[in-house]
Amino acid sequence: MSTVNLSTITKKFGSVTAVKGLDLLIEEGEFFTFLGPSGCGKTTTLRMIAGFYYPTTGKVKFNEKDMTTVSPEKRNTSMVFQNYALFPHMTVFENVAFGLKVRKISKSEIKKRVQDVLKKVRLENYIERQVSQLSGGQQQRVALARALVIEPDILLLDEPLSNLDARLRDEMRTEILRLQREYGITTIYVTHDQVEALTMSDRIAVFNFGECQQVGTPIEIYNKPVNDFVAEFIGETNLLPITFEKKNEKQFVFQSKDLSGPIYVNDTETNIATYNDTDELIMSIRPEAVRLDLNKLDGNNIFTGKVSLVQFTGASVHTYVTVNDGITIRTTTLNQGPSTYFKEGTVVYFQLPEDQIRVIPKAKE
Amino acid sequence: MLNAEKRKTFLLLIPVVLVLVAYVLYPSIETLFESFKKNGIFSIQNYTDFFGPKAEANLEALWNSVYISLLSVFFSALIGVPLAYIFNRYNFPGRQFFSNIAIMPIVLPSLVGVMAFMFLYGEAGLVPNFIRDLFNLSEVPFSIGGVTGILLVHAYTMYPYFYMTTSSALNNIDPSLEEAAYNLGSSKFKVFWKVTFPLLTPGLVAAALLVFMVSMASFSAPFLLAGGYRVLSLQVYFSKINGDLEMAATQSVILSVVSISFLLFMRWYQGRKDYRMASKGIGAHRSEVNNPVLKWTMVTLGIVAMIVLLLPHVTLLILSLVPEGAWTWQTYPTNFSLENFILLFEDPNIWDPVRNSLIMAFLACIGVFIFGIITSYALVKRSFIGKNLLDILVMIPWALPATVVGMNLILAFNESSPFSFGNVLVGTFWILPLAYFVRFIPLVVRSTTAVLEQMDDSIEEAAQNLGAKWFYTFRRVVIPIIMPGVLSGTLLAFVQAVGEFPTSVLLYTIGNRPISIEIMNQLRMFNIGQAAAYGMIQVGLIAIVMYASYKFFGVKAENTL
Ligand SMILES: Nc1ncnc2c1ncn2[C@@H]1O[C@H](COP(=O)(O)OP(=O)(O)OP(=O)(O)O)[C@@H](O)[C@H]1O
Ligand SMILES: [Mg+2]
Repeated sequence: MSTVNLSTITKKFGSVTAVKGLDLLIEEGEFFTFLGPSGCGKTTTLRMIAGFYYPTTGKVKFNEKDMTTVSPEKRNTSMVFQNYALFPHMTVFENVAFGLKVRKISKSEIKKRVQDVLKKVRLENYIERQVSQLSGGQQQRVALARALVIEPDILLLDEPLSNLDARLRDEMRTEILRLQREYGITTIYVTHDQVEALTMSDRIAVFNFGECQQVGTPIEIYNKPVNDFVAEFIGETNLLPITFEKKNEKQFVFQSKDLSGPIYVNDTETNIATYNDTDELIMSIRPEAVRLDLNKLDGNNIFTGKVSLVQFTGASVHTYVTVNDGITIRTTTLNQGPSTYFKEGTVVYFQLPEDQIRVIPKAKE
Repeated sequence: MLNAEKRKTFLLLIPVVLVLVAYVLYPSIETLFESFKKNGIFSIQNYTDFFGPKAEANLEALWNSVYISLLSVFFSALIGVPLAYIFNRYNFPGRQFFSNIAIMPIVLPSLVGVMAFMFLYGEAGLVPNFIRDLFNLSEVPFSIGGVTGILLVHAYTMYPYFYMTTSSALNNIDPSLEEAAYNLGSSKFKVFWKVTFPLLTPGLVAAALLVFMVSMASFSAPFLLAGGYRVLSLQVYFSKINGDLEMAATQSVILSVVSISFLLFMRWYQGRKDYRMASKGIGAHRSEVNNPVLKWTMVTLGIVAMIVLLLPHVTLLILSLVPEGAWTWQTYPTNFSLENFILLFEDPNIWDPVRNSLIMAFLACIGVFIFGIITSYALVKRSFIGKNLLDILVMIPWALPATVVGMNLILAFNESSPFSFGNVLVGTFWILPLAYFVRFIPLVVRSTTAVLEQMDDSIEEAAQNLGAKWFYTFRRVVIPIIMPGVLSGTLLAFVQAVGEFPTSVLLYTIGNRPISIEIMNQLRMFNIGQAAAYGMIQVGLIAIVMYASYKFFGVKAENTL
């Protein structure tokens, strides 16, 4: 087990900068997730930790040891590749035993450890199978077993679930977490699936265009995004450009050109992100935080609009409200029976609760 | 560490580049230099001689070569394409069997095939004489020789190129494309012309160019059948025999230029437009033939084709049973025994060529096996400057006619050079294995490259990530995965090396004469039985290798061309 310490890492491929000035400290035994849209540099970062790429500038340290230019076979990390990269000419046993054989461990010990780990991933009955004869989910578990059996200091997983169907994905998520907790290995997980990131991680790093936007626990990331990119990327949200008007004793007051009337926001750390005077400001409010009613509501931040679309998803109902034929606000309510759904065209009132709004700066390019 | 990667690439490239420069590039350049020499002095005299009025023979030979090649393409296509269409699209009794027979010509080495054709359809051939006797004619009704002979042999040996490309293209066409056309109201004929045929064109063009190149390079057929008819590949040989190495070099250069231009044209064409299907491997729908007349016509056609295709093999077998001196003036041989085969084991003079062929083919195969693995690996998995150049260098021996490869080696190694460690290789045992090696480099590199390209980079990374060093990964992971590709290429190289004639005839010595040369010698002595027995041995070896490679490695002969 080790900590992973990346300091001011930049990686360039010719003129493309894949990763820019990255600083990260990943704790021992932590389940850490890299999240971000396609091409933002997640795989590149992971491969620098594994040693397949060397940073253009910056340092990679495991515990306090500098590993920046150590070759991959000497790092004792193990990686589960997106396509599993199982050796097609070997059986399940031989695949899992590969890393142990390289480490010159005795035959009997290898046998024992392979059997143990295959039991853990519930593949003990497939030990002599050729890997090509396994289903996708089974192959994935072989890849996981192969990575775990060498007792690596760091486990690296590059979108290991992206090839699986939804149900298997759920199953494998639990499995990976169970094994990670059991072995207590520092784990770095790459995904662009936000649900996966939120449900599994101890901490998440959100990437965009090669830059790390925010690092935090799933709750911090969801509730206290640092800018509009993070807010929009994780979960659903409504974003509206706003301008600062004045500050009361306990509240800020903002103006939006899309909404008639001032917007009040509580002056707490949860509701107001740090920003500079030069930043453009945006308010973000999650659909599930918006209150919706047929009758006029009391309090601040109450507006009116027309229901333009109702989407039924089962557990919840999305209602889109269009204000003054301009912006549309998305709201989500739990399904409480047909009588509670709105009809399209209905005029409704909605409230943006002042303790639920978050004011954030616009992300810089 | 970055440097360690580069160092590995560099270390891998050293032997590859050395071998290619020494045995491919340097000999070609020697030939080019030689062609610009007249009596040892630089001049373009040879070229003016070639194209000038002084030596019409050369120009004539060039045109003849082109003419024969064009006609070969035409006839091969005429046989191969319809046959492939019928065998792949219609289901009738015996279809599978006939379609297996259809690729039989590839087990006949070219020299042996030509020989069988001579005894089948030549002046004293079995078929013309049989027809004469059957109808009581005073003379044979026909016999092959000269252009017709060459063309017939070419059509027979080269139609499989068309047959195979058409078959595989037909099998890869998504049946729903044709069904869509029917569905839109097209007639059968229209569907063929407007949908099926255009989809076949890329394959057909590739096959046509290949047949053209192979015909340009063809040596055995003109050698035995041409009579006074001149073709360029043979002219090279005659110039060399007459001791005019400078002219031989000039002719080689011109032959190479034609071949290489076609190769370049082919590459350009293939890279130009791709009709390959998004959905693959659906397998052709075969129409069941219900009309009895049609059905039996097809079966008959299949049977006739089978007889024609197998006659050379049968003839060879029959002739090989004719003992020495037993077939002189009679129309047909009457006396049969196993004497020719028994002699093989009893007479060391007769066994020697077989042993030589086996040893030399084996040596060449070890060479291409190792060289192929390293070169393909470097070409596919490593990045370095000058990769394209290396790629071209590797493929040159494929584009060069065998006669030219032979001439190149003669001109490079008939004097001592650093690449032969100061020895004169011409006239020694080693020159022939070297020639086979050079000739068959591209076969192994191509088949190995194909599997390596399928292998994902992450496989190697996974091994490394689990702690394996580069060489361990290479040995335990990369090599086992690419082995089928390497082996299929190597086996094909072995098969061709055993039958190789053109380079053999230019480079052999008494000590290392291979089977092909002995066949030629026996033919000269009119010892037809022994020649045929040698031919049977070659066919037997090839059949065993192909069967074994199919059985043990799942390598299909069709896929190795
Ligand atoms: N070997 C390479 N050579 C050149 N550019 C590269 C290389 N590898 C990655 N890049 C570039 O670096 C950027 C980041 O790539 P990376 O693979 O890290 O993205 P990612 O976040 O893993 O995306 P995805 O979610 O699609 O896997 C991309 O713009 C990519 O094109
Ligand atoms: Mg990636």
